[in-house]
Parts: sequence; C-alpha cells; structure tokens
Amino acid sequence: MHQVEIATTQDTLLDSPEMVLNMGPQHPSTHGVLRVILKLDGETVMDLDCDIGYLHRGMEKIAENRMYTMIAPYWDRLDYIAAVSNGLVWVETVEQMMGLAVPIRAHYLRTILTELNRIASHLLWLATHALDIGAVTVLLWALREREEILKIFERQFGARLTCHAWRVGGMANDAYDDFGKDVRQFVNNFPKRLDEYETVLSENRIWLSRTVGIGVISAADAVAIGLSGPALRGSGVAWDIRKSRPYAAYGEMDFDIPVGENGDTYDRYLVRLEEMRQSRRIIGQALENLPDGPVNAKLPKVVKPPVGDYYHSIEGPKGEIGCYLVSDGSAQPWRVRVRPPSFVNLQALKQMCVGHLVADVVAIIGTLDIVLGEIDR
Amino acid sequence: MFWGKLIDRGAMLLFGPINVLNDLLLKAFSAETINYFVWPLIQIGLVVTLVAGWVAYATYLERKISAFMQARLGPMRVGPWGLLQPIADGIKLLAKEDFIPDKADRWIFFFAPYIAVASAFIVFSVIPFGPDWAVIADVNIGLLLVLAVSSVGVLALILAGWSSNSKYALLGGLRSSAQMVSYEVSMGLSLIGALMFARTLSLSGMVYAQGSDSIWYIVYQPAGFLIFLISGIAENNRAPFDLPEAESELVAGFHTEYSGMRWSLFFMAEYAAMVVVAAVATTVYLGGWYFPFVDRLEQSGNHNLYVIVSLLVFLIKASVLLYIYFWLRWTLPRFRYDQLMDIGWKWLIPSALINIVLTAIGVFLIQALNGWRGLQTIEALSQGLNLTAYGKIIMIVIGLISVFITGGLLSRINWRSRDFNLKTQRRNIRLVNVAKGKPAVEAVQQ
Repeated sequence: MHQVEIATTQDTLLDSPEMVLNMGPQHPSTHGVLRVILKLDGETVMDLDCDIGYLHRGMEKIAENRMYTMIAPYWDRLDYIAAVSNGLVWVETVEQMMGLAVPIRAHYLRTILTELNRIASHLLWLATHALDIGAVTVLLWALREREEILKIFERQFGARLTCHAWRVGGMANDAYDDFGKDVRQFVNNFPKRLDEYETVLSENRIWLSRTVGIGVISAADAVAIGLSGPALRGSGVAWDIRKSRPYAAYGEMDFDIPVGENGDTYDRYLVRLEEMRQSRRIIGQALENLPDGPVNAKLPKVVKPPVGDYYHSIEGPKGEIGCYLVSDGSAQPWRVRVRPPSFVNLQALKQMCVGHLVADVVAIIGTLDIVLGEIDR
Repeated sequence: MFWGKLIDRGAMLLFGPINVLNDLLLKAFSAETINYFVWPLIQIGLVVTLVAGWVAYATYLERKISAFMQARLGPMRVGPWGLLQPIADGIKLLAKEDFIPDKADRWIFFFAPYIAVASAFIVFSVIPFGPDWAVIADVNIGLLLVLAVSSVGVLALILAGWSSNSKYALLGGLRSSAQMVSYEVSMGLSLIGALMFARTLSLSGMVYAQGSDSIWYIVYQPAGFLIFLISGIAENNRAPFDLPEAESELVAGFHTEYSGMRWSLFFMAEYAAMVVVAAVATTVYLGGWYFPFVDRLEQSGNHNLYVIVSLLVFLIKASVLLYIYFWLRWTLPRFRYDQLMDIGWKWLIPSALINIVLTAIGVFLIQALNGWRGLQTIEALSQGLNLTAYGKIIMIVIGLISVFITGGLLSRINWRSRDFNLKTQRRNIRLVNVAKGKPAVEAVQQ
C-alpha cells in the first residue's frame, strides 16, 4: 500500500512533527479524482505519493469483448478533454493493422479536427492552470474560446465532449456545409484572444514568481521517466510524433516545434501557448489544401485485423497516446493496451514537487496537465 | 430661489418626523438620557443596517463586476438584473444545515464566526460617515481603536482553523495568523505619516484637518496610501493575498468545515472588514466626507441635508476603493505563502519606515522654512497642519520624491532577492523547425 513514512520530531524544522495531508480524491485542484498523499514539514513537501484508480472503469478489459468498430466510443472516455485525438489513435491503429487506405480528404479533416481538439485541450489546461494559481478570469476567457471549438464539434459530430468522431476507415460524415467558414472564423479570431491571455499572465510578476523555477525537470530526467508532449518539450527535447512518425496528414504540414530551456512550469506554459499558435497554423494549411473526394474507405462487413500485434501512437495534446493491439484474427481484439500520456507524466510529480511548498504542488499538477480518466482507464 | 425652497421643503419632509419623535421622547425621558442613550442606539441600528446592506450589495457588485470582466452577465434571475440576489443568498444560507464536524471543538467552532463579525462591525462605531450625527462615537483615539479591534479578527480565523479538526483548516488558520500579524505592522506604520499632518488620532478630527487644509492627504502621502492599501488588502485576506482561504490549495482554508449561516458570517466579516479598510483609507487619505463646495449647504442653513450629502460623498469614495479590491481580485494570480511574507517584511515594512522618516524630515523642513526670508509655509496649527500654497507645493514635491527614494532604497535592499530579478530570469522558448516528416529528435542536453 501507500507508504509515506513520518519522521521522528528531531529531524524536522522547528522540532515539529511532520504532517500527512491527504490531497484528494475530492479536492478542487487535483483535476479529477487524484489522491496525493503529502508529507509536510510546515508547508514544505518532504515526500509524496499518488494514489490513483478512483476512476477505473476497465476500458482495456471491456475492449476485449467488443467488436473493433464498437471500441472507439470507449476511447473517447479515456481523455475526455481530447476525445477526438483519443478516437483517432484507435481507428488509425486498426486501419494500419488491416492495411486500409483511408481517403486523403479524411486524413485532412482528421488533421484539422484533431488540431482543433488540441487547442481546446490546451485552452482547458490554461483555464485550470491559471485557476490553480489564482487567476480566475483567465478560466472563463479560455472557456469562451473553447466553446467556439465545441460548437464546431457539435455541428460536425453531434456531440461536444465525447464526440465519437471517427469510424474505422474514415469518418461518419463529410464536413458540414459551413465547416470551412466556421473554422476559418475561429482561426482568424483566435490569435487576438491568445494575446489577451498573454497580457494577463506572461509578464505578470505574480505569475512569474509562481511559475519560474517551479517543478524543474532536466531533459535527461524527463527522457528517463518517459515524459512526452509539452511536458517533455518544456525541458528542451524536440520530440513530436507529428514530425517523427507523421500520421493523418501531418507529413504535409509545415509547422515548428516549440521547445523550452529550463524545464520549469513557466517554460511548459510558454510551450503550450506556442503550440496553440502552431496548431492554428496547421489548421490554416490543412483548410487551404483540403482536397475533394470521399471520406470513407471501403470496409469489409466485419473488421478483422490479421493475427499479430501492432503499436501505433499519435501526438495527443498531453503527450504520446499509444495503442498496442494484439489480434487473434477474430472480430474482437485479444488484448488492447493504451499508453496513456497522463499516467506516464504523473510519475514525474514526486521529483518535481519535493522541496517545494503546498501551493506549488497544485501548480505542478496543473502544469503536468493530467486527466484522470486516462490515468485510471 | 426655487431650488432653495425645494431643498427646504424636502429637508422638512425628511426631518420633520425625526423632530416630532424627539419631542415625543422628551416627554418620556430626560434630555441627557436621549442624547447619551436613545439616539446612539438609533444611530447604531442605522449604521448596522446601512453597513449590512452595503456588505450584501458589495457581494452583488463583486459578482457583477467579476462577471463583466469575464464576459458573463452575473446574477440575472432574482429580481431585475439580479438585484435581489443577496437577499436570496441570505435566505438560502439561513435555511441550510448548520453542520458541526464530529471531532470539532464545539464551543470554539460555535463562537469563532461571531468574533469575526463582531470585530469587523465594532470598528464602524468610530468611522465618521459624515459630520455631526453621522458618526456614532467620535473617540479621540479612533484610529488606535480601529487598528486594535480589527486585529481581533485574526483571532477568529485562528480559532476557526484550529477548532475545525481539519488539516486544511489548520493550515489556513496558521497562514492567516502569520499573514495578518505581519501586515498589521506595516498597516499601522503607514498611517503615521498622515498622523503627522493631522496631529490627532480622532478620525473625525482627521477629516476636519483635511477640510481646513483643503487637501486630501493622499497628495502629501502617496507612498503611505499605497502601503496602507496593499497591507489592507492583505489584512483582509483578499486576492492576491487570499492565502488563508486559497481555494485551489486549501479547499476553503480556515472555513473549510463551516456551512450555512455560520459560514456566511465569515463571509460577511470578510466584506465588512473590506469596507472598514476602505472607510479608514477614505477617512485618512481621501478626505473622508469632505468635498469641495458641499459646505455651502451648511452655510445656507440646510444642516441635515449637508450631513446627508457628505455621507453620500463618503460612501462613493469608499466604494471606489472597494472597486479597486474587486478589480485586483479578478485580475491577479495568487501569491505563494513565502512570497507573501517576503512582501510584508522585505518591502512593505521597510518602505513604511522609510516613509515615516521622510515625512518627518518633510514636516521638519516645512517648519524650518516658515519665516525663512519672508517665506510663509504654515497657515495655522489649530486643526492639523494647515499649509499655505507654497507649503503645499513643497510638501507635494517632497511626497513625490519620497516615493522614488523609497523605491530606490528598497531595490538596494532587495536586489539579491529572487523575485526582484524575475524579468531577467524569464527566458523565451525556441522554435525548432524540422523538414516535413523527418525524425525530430534532437540530442538530449545533459
């Protein structure tokens, strides 16, 4: 079980006994049902342990008893903030295992919509991260922008949050009539709004003093722990699956990878903000070159990937979302394993937090951008 | 004059009943009983009602202002523009369960909210809302009473945090004790500069002093005003210093375990304490109820109308300060606990001390210059330090210079501090562009 040892009194500052503080599972800023057991000396964190599993729904086991096409909606519930990206990793794994050729238009639409989803996810991160540090107004500003994206999702997929976005072999529907107009409108308005958030936060003394030098993790440590996504790039490693193993239509897009220097909370904040700008760039390009044509490949009546195993991963908003799929040739997978980015990123929490204050734990949980639906599966 | 007649008629309508009441009371009691017992009770009732209403509508205004800042509408459902929302809130809170945790220290838990509310409301007994009958008690140590009573408020927070038997509440209580104790020092010190001009501790006296000098002390004491306002915000546990109740870290801090009306008493105490700080700042630095040309009403014989207009002037000035509170809260992120202590001890207290020294030098200079080569700087000393136009100009210049001297000295003291050099610590990210579809792994920097 979870062991946080309490030292005897003489080891601590002011000869006071250490205190164990249970942060969560019901706590306003653990971003879900994460339970962090903190060992405190005064307000300094001496040690911590994470207790997860309060949201375990057995997704991987459920997937063993479902047809391949029926699994995608479950994947939406992993990282419910980025349901579109999660759905994409599942359908692409199955498609690539079967060797299906997905129409190019579907690839482009997937690129646009997953990038919109990345912006939505980063906006929610910005909102909650700023809220954790105490800037409440940014929360509602960011949610206002996210609302625009969710409206596009609602019109395209029929749902806002857990939008069963993709089908194996393509998409359920082609883009709706005003899709291009809506997306372009969002893309045009977005940078102005993003600059507003930057004026509130980036140069703010309090924001700087709360984030600069907090939760530092070196590039070597980040790689050793297996961090991915903005958490890794904030430490200075330019690793992005959209570039290294392009999927969907990313191979044809021109964009930059933002990379931090210090690996602290502030760098990760800047990296995510810049990623939103780059996403906007990608959406603009994809919309410009959006080809005509069908959006669905021809599928067999029952989707049955060949016997064998396959791993495919994409760059989700929070890091590398991977899916390891073992097929026995039947209509149901033999075993599915998800590589959840939040789960892996959460491992860095202890290394980042020890020695900081309680208030910094909240900021660091925020900067890791975890989603418990994905950690617990 | 038509307007003069109208004003007279209105004043008679307003104050006729009061005069009738006074006559009735005179039949039953002696004049002394009425002056020292009955009217003060009526005054207290009026002030408590007024302040309670003010507090309730301060919550409404805060919700509306925050909503407008956040592209929302705020309360809209209860009454027109949600104007009845505070009343609905009050009814809801009264109807809620009053829950006391199992292992809480029941009596302390029970009484802590009352201490909070009482300490916040007692201060209003000496606040001069206006001249004459608009102040309950014109105590000659008014300012000391304000400081002393408002520091009792911290006791309520510690007791609440301690008795709740919850670790979050305990941390909140501990934070509040450290925070309020350290910010009280700078708050008290910052007022001394203004006292040198007013030469009295009576709050009404300070207003009269500013009135007879026909200037607001914020002009002489810009640094003192800033220090007072910042420490006042910290003293009230308001954002960006709302650490004792930092909801993202400590859930709700010291009142985590409170519910229903007992919680709302803390809430009321917080807002009442805000109003207190705004009122004291108004009285000491913004001239209180004094406003140019309002005393013409007094000269034309409309005494009661003059009092009422002065009262409105006071309320408006204090509300402007309250707006600054709201503005800051919804704009700035929250400080961390150690940074808060840094600001208190490394910045505010030294700057308050420097301000005292510089103001003392300034007052000394003014007195020394008086009569030097026929220059006259001091007009009168009967009600505070009244300066002539030359004296005012010299004093204002000294006040402005002292802001810069304070800033310079503080940055000399704190130049090594981490937070002082944040802008230089800030680094930018770089953008890595890789050709399309190539592996993008750079060498790991060790």
